[in-house]
Amino acid sequence: MQMDMFLDQFLNQAVLVKYTPLILKGAGVTVLLSVLIVLTGLTLGAGLACLRAYRIKAFSFAIVIFADVLRALPPLVLILLAFFGLPNIGVVLSSFTVLFLVLSLVLAAFAEEIVWAGITATPKGQWEAARSTGLTFTQALCYVVLPQAVRMVIPPLTNRAIAITKMTALGMVIGVPDILGQATTAQSFSANASPLTLAAIAYVVIFLPLVIASRWLEQRFTQKGS
Amino acid sequence: MASTYNEKGTPSSATLSVRALHKSFGVLPVLKGIDLHVQRSEMVFVLGPSGSGKSTMLRCCNLLEEPDSGAILIEGDKLTGPGVDLNKMRQRIGMVFQSFNLYPHLSALGNVTLALRRVLKMPREQAESEAIAALTKVGLSNRAGHFPSQLSGGQQQRVAIARALALKPTVMLFDEPTSALDPELVGDVLDVMRDVKEQGMTMLVVSHEMKFARDAADRVVFMDGGVIVEQGPPEQIFGAPTQERTRTFLSRFHG
Repeated sequence: MQMDMFLDQFLNQAVLVKYTPLILKGAGVTVLLSVLIVLTGLTLGAGLACLRAYRIKAFSFAIVIFADVLRALPPLVLILLAFFGLPNIGVVLSSFTVLFLVLSLVLAAFAEEIVWAGITATPKGQWEAARSTGLTFTQALCYVVLPQAVRMVIPPLTNRAIAITKMTALGMVIGVPDILGQATTAQSFSANASPLTLAAIAYVVIFLPLVIASRWLEQRFTQKGS
Repeated sequence: MASTYNEKGTPSSATLSVRALHKSFGVLPVLKGIDLHVQRSEMVFVLGPSGSGKSTMLRCCNLLEEPDSGAILIEGDKLTGPGVDLNKMRQRIGMVFQSFNLYPHLSALGNVTLALRRVLKMPREQAESEAIAALTKVGLSNRAGHFPSQLSGGQQQRVAIARALALKPTVMLFDEPTSALDPELVGDVLDVMRDVKEQGMTMLVVSHEMKFARDAADRVVFMDGGVIVEQGPPEQIFGAPTQERTRTFLSRFHG
């Protein structure tokens, strides 16, 4: 009897069939958001870490403040502030845009710290060798130091990228039609938790390969050593 | 400052000139007025106990360390001062490091071509043929595709020499090039240095390879406490040093 109740609530066949297209639509939004956030966040973060390498006081100070504040705040707070606060000063952004911007910036903050750690961990001799052949500071950074720094930090970088992209689920609170957004809507219409089961399955299908890929990357780059 | 000055030609005609060089690390003076002139195609060996300032002096010669005062000149051109393009000047000064400092993410070929392509702006094919020529000089053209982690220490150092050589520098600086090598790998690197010298390269070498200094150097400079104590031909420095400090230092090596 209890088993029947469980199946009816979480794996109701009629509900599953009915809402699968909706969840698939949500999955499209989640994937699109994830790709955009990873590309923007990692690029911006690496760019900020590079900027910090020039050790211009004002820039470095601003970057550290940015990174520390965004890493300290719960992303949900930022999402709510941006979505409900900005319209009051005349900036109206769609829920999709707010989620994209906030999570990109949060990922950028973490990525900046991680890539910066890689840059500082690159041996001083690499800079010296590069500069001694006449490369400029920027060339030494781009061609010698950054490629090594990024290789060194690929494991924490992928882990963080996965953790942040999973937070697209927070978009539900501002009505982003991503996986969870669609699932909660469907759940309230159907008064049944099966859409949430679908959502869980969708997340696993999307993110499990990423988690496995990150483990593979991690092994590959720790084996290679230097 | 005690120094027997053994000079071929005038200082102004020197390929590398170090003039009145002073350098402190914080309150600790490391170089207390160094004057050194290296002539074209000359190999000058710098010996001295650790902490004598010899590596710092060498690193000042391409401004990896910034001197407090004094001047470095390459063929009469100042390395410091307003309007000097340091990156251009550094193309004329090859540097070989104790720890090789090869770029681990690039192949031997990539290590050599990087500056050719990005500094000299050579097209890829030209850079690669120049790089192969440089790798051939150090006997490693057959290792062009290998990454540093796939090469022995001696091979890595020879690639590093090729990397510096490929830019066709006016002078080459060697900072303890064999100190990080297993004894059996030292010979190959010294052989390459000898070849480079025979092709007329001007070389300033900081090293503890006494035997090599005796065989190959044109002049030996002994430094201690941030000054040049004594300099002269190897026979003189190793055979009949005039300064007590030189004798004490050398006696530790002769055993």
